[in-house]
Amino acid sequence: MMKLSLGPILWFWSRQTVFDFYANAVEWPVDTIYLGEAVCSRRRELKPDDWLDLARDLKACGKDVVLSTQTLIESEADLRRLRRICDQNEFVVEANDQSALQVAIRNNLPFITGPSMNVYNVATLKVLAKQGLKGWNLPVELGKAALAQLIKGLKEEDLDVPAEVFAWGFLPLAWSSRCFTARHYNLPKDNCEFRCIEHPAGMELRSRESQELFRINGVSTLSGSRYDLMRELPEMERMGVSTVRLSPEYQGLEEVVKRFDQVRRGVTPTTDPLQLVEAPPCNGYWYRKPGMDLVGA
Amino acid sequence: MELVCPAGSLPALKIAVDNGANAVYFGFRDSTNARQFAGLNFNDKRAAEGIEYAHLRGARVFCAINTYPQPDGWEQWKGAVDRAASLGVDAIILADMGLLDYAANKYPDIPRHLSVQGSATSHEALSFYKDNFDIRRAVLPRVLSLDQVGSVAKHSPVELEVFAFGSLCIMAEGRCYLSSYLTDESPNTRGACSPAKAVRWQETPQGLESRLNNVLIDRYGHGESAGYPTLCKGRFEVEGSVYHAIEEPVSLNTLDLVPELQELGISAVKIEGRQRSPAYIADVARTWRHALDNLESRPEEFTVEPQWRSTLASLSEGGLTTLGAYHRKWK
Repeated sequence: MMKLSLGPILWFWSRQTVFDFYANAVEWPVDTIYLGEAVCSRRRELKPDDWLDLARDLKACGKDVVLSTQTLIESEADLRRLRRICDQNEFVVEANDQSALQVAIRNNLPFITGPSMNVYNVATLKVLAKQGLKGWNLPVELGKAALAQLIKGLKEEDLDVPAEVFAWGFLPLAWSSRCFTARHYNLPKDNCEFRCIEHPAGMELRSRESQELFRINGVSTLSGSRYDLMRELPEMERMGVSTVRLSPEYQGLEEVVKRFDQVRRGVTPTTDPLQLVEAPPCNGYWYRKPGMDLVGA
Repeated sequence: MELVCPAGSLPALKIAVDNGANAVYFGFRDSTNARQFAGLNFNDKRAAEGIEYAHLRGARVFCAINTYPQPDGWEQWKGAVDRAASLGVDAIILADMGLLDYAANKYPDIPRHLSVQGSATSHEALSFYKDNFDIRRAVLPRVLSLDQVGSVAKHSPVELEVFAFGSLCIMAEGRCYLSSYLTDESPNTRGACSPAKAVRWQETPQGLESRLNNVLIDRYGHGESAGYPTLCKGRFEVEGSVYHAIEEPVSLNTLDLVPELQELGISAVKIEGRQRSPAYIADVARTWRHALDNLESRPEEFTVEPQWRSTLASLSEGGLTTLGAYHRKWK
């Protein structure tokens, strides 16, 4: 049976919100939990030691835990935090950029590549497999055709590296050194007043025709529609996908997890997929269409 | 420092060389490079002619194969590396780890440069590419401040090339899927951002509208100059305010930083713009040649001449330039 994972929290939540979220999540039917700050170096409601303590607690409750690294590394301070995360031998890390690959490899630490790492072909997977790759996420802009070929290619090379697919949530689409939240408030990035914390689901960026295009979230830009591949789970199972990733949201995720859990067990949910925050669904990338499209609705 | 200029066509290549480029970079006429534009880029015959022209005049030629091949494109991308090798280029600019591995094994003697699309923003990342694929040089993404560039340079195991002038990518290159989210084509997959096939212009009672796959990117009032609808440079609404929520249409210009870049040990400055006309390339290359020669001959007295400034401003988007992320306040 496919595993369910909770990706790293991409939003900026208060310390208590984070602890509450995981206190609940430990009861949910998810197998793997990714922990850590993957977006912004200024977000420090939890320190590295807090994340490690949390990781040990969740592990003790039977969850597989992976420590996620920051996606855009810009400074020596970023590298110090990265080394801190990789300076342990209890947990696999999710490498979200090549700095993390380098540090993990140097420390002989097994790693998984996150969905923002550019893994587009089997040759790339082979390079990484030689270095300690223990799993990989499909880049978000790729769909089932590429995935099928990648899984097939891995088999042909006799490499057993489990594939994970980002299957529910707002798609992380871009990273910048500019903070768009700070820009909105006309604040310098270095003195952003941590305004992201007021937007636990990001800020909606709409066209002047009110079309929801993106969600601004600090230095990251996410999709305006929510990616939802729940209906594709049976196909993913047939393809040999190992893990399906759900991206944390601060309300109602429990219901989503329950439904994904039902579908992976072959039970058809009796109600429609839940709409927690006002946001249209999309699945275009899966079908090699524009990501914002909704195919087969 | 070396001046590296774009060549979207043979006339552009020749004019860049004639106006003082130390090196030019080009791509093949397909999606194997990150600047796929209709009517631009090179077939093998034109590339051979360009390489001969440049080599006779002492300039080097780099071939950019810097998009990410998906499994069904692998043979084509691998073939592009083979073509570049047989043409006798001085370096291949690559982003994909699989292709870097292929090139390093099959053509160990042809230098490999890490493309800006390879998204290496730290010396640890550069060490990864050096250790695994023995790259000689890397182009840094346009997201680092000058201090940060200095810190990377201090520990870098390879030569560094930085962007000097041209369009400003606000997102870390190689990690931006905004374009494929709207249009299905992105720099990584197809070498296209906000591709022309998805653009539509429409005169309406509210003004001139630009659309990308039917999404309204911008609406211009009377007399307002309209830019290409690159989606991150449109005007959008956030919490009731309409503004350039991601970035204004401006160009990057780092002329003022040239002495500092030299001081940091940067090996090359790169001009963006394979989509630009030969006349544009001539003006930009000549201006930067003057500046670099000036720096070389009188490093202590380097100042940016007003003439250079006005030439470059006249070639910039909206007549505006920025130091971009090199300047921390920009953020």
